[in-house]
Amino acid sequence: MSVVTLDHVTLRLGNRAVLSDVSFGIEAGEFIGVLGPNGAGKTTLMRAILGLLLPEGGSVKVFGHIPHRGNPAIGYLPQLRTVLPDLRVRGRDFIASSLNGERWGLPSFSQHDRGMIEETLDAVGARDLAARPLSEMSGGERQRLLLAQALIGAPKLLLLDEPLISLDARHQEVVIDVVRKVCRERKITVLFSAHELNQLLGTLDRVLYLGNGQAVLGTVDEVVTAPVLSRLYGTDIQVLRAAGHIFVMSRGRDVERTDHLHDHHHHGHEHGHHHHH
Amino acid sequence: MFAYEFMTNAFAAAGIVAVVSGLVGYFLVMRGQTFAGHALSHIGFAGATGAGLIGLAPLWGLLAFTLAAGIVMGALSERISNRDVAIGVVLALALGFGLLFLHYYTSFATQATALLFGNVLAVDHTMIATLAMLGVITLAALAAIMRPLIFASLQPELAEAKGVPLRFVSTAFLAIVAVAVSACAQIVGVLLVFTLMVGPPAAAQRVTTGLWSGLFVSAALALAEAWLGLTMAFYTDWPVSFCIALLSALAYFATLSAGTSHAHAAG
Repeated sequence: MSVVTLDHVTLRLGNRAVLSDVSFGIEAGEFIGVLGPNGAGKTTLMRAILGLLLPEGGSVKVFGHIPHRGNPAIGYLPQLRTVLPDLRVRGRDFIASSLNGERWGLPSFSQHDRGMIEETLDAVGARDLAARPLSEMSGGERQRLLLAQALIGAPKLLLLDEPLISLDARHQEVVIDVVRKVCRERKITVLFSAHELNQLLGTLDRVLYLGNGQAVLGTVDEVVTAPVLSRLYGTDIQVLRAAGHIFVMSRGRDVERTDHLHDHHHHGHEHGHHHHH
Repeated sequence: MFAYEFMTNAFAAAGIVAVVSGLVGYFLVMRGQTFAGHALSHIGFAGATGAGLIGLAPLWGLLAFTLAAGIVMGALSERISNRDVAIGVVLALALGFGLLFLHYYTSFATQATALLFGNVLAVDHTMIATLAMLGVITLAALAAIMRPLIFASLQPELAEAKGVPLRFVSTAFLAIVAVAVSACAQIVGVLLVFTLMVGPPAAAQRVTTGLWSGLFVSAALALAEAWLGLTMAFYTDWPVSFCIALLSALAYFATLSAGTSHAHAAG
């Protein structure tokens, strides 16, 4: 069964068509690496799957239905944009806030809810973070905590928006390992957006490459090729393979790395757009 | 001290307002919106003097202006990219209007100090009843939106994805803050609402990282500061608002220095 299906979908942000006439299907249990240059629509695609953005054309289906906000079958880790600098809330309370957080009234948690929180904290090795305030955590620790939160409630589909950003290489490995382990065990379908393909090479089943309003889904060998990427980047791209790594180069420069430098600025900007409608 | 009716009245009024301020202020600090609270009280000053100009009690002008401003700020907040500047400009304009209203209603000028710095010793039974009513409304509304408010404050992107109406929640919260500010201004004045709405919750968040314990400590601190401030003022003859402001600052800085010394033990 397809978990996510896009059928001739066009997604628009303001006046810009981020994706136009895109079709693909993601199967249950797949680990999909979502790649592409900045502004290619990685976040926008996830927002459409979450039901936060209606397609201008075509149809998006999640588990065979039109997406709706608050689908409990979807776990979501937004790109870490809003971090209050001095948030003295302990880790457990922080992630508990998301559990039925859309309900009115006072927060209250059943024994079952508490059990779920503890179990998920253990699954990602974040038990030690539960009692510490967020303001005293490193970026890697926060990311691990957010990952626990995305997994609460046994989701069937996990949308991870740039979970590796602003982490050092060691913490990036930890995040990838945890996601791989938990999602294989629980047979969760994963969309994992990232800037760097190489770290995900050993983990992903297929890659969804976005760019130039288009999307190509396939194995790494099918998608990460000079002709396909040249089309997606709209410029002449070379793909070099060396020592188990893949380098995507444009005129001698590694596009993934140069992209990365601009990331924070760009996504802050894109985020601004989301709230205008 | 309790032999005087004005003192028992002051204790009752300050008690109500302190608990409401401590609880509402906790979320104000959590959301990083303390400046918005400050601005609301200044806008309220224009409302209070304006009410005097047309012959109404200052509290109703205060309420009308802070509520309107809170709702507008909540509705616009996501569109104003640089919120602090926009709020600051409106805040200054409001104080200017307050001055203008005072200028045209000169007999009201004697009350300006009471508005700016509070006059808890002049509180009567009607005011206590009004404050109690405002307090109940505020806390009931806060309880109704508390869960999505916490979610939206801590993780707005995720809350939106889970179906929390962000704009409604933030607008409703600022309306709650507006009512709390109006009540608070009756005790410590529009210039000193920070002493009860920001000092105690900020101190509470240094002491504990739990939600319920934080709310409890915040309300208890605000209450202690208000009542101790009244007591201190009674025996020293210093202005009440000064005493409360002093205690609030002392409590905050005490938790700040204590927090740094055993931050790891507390974790």
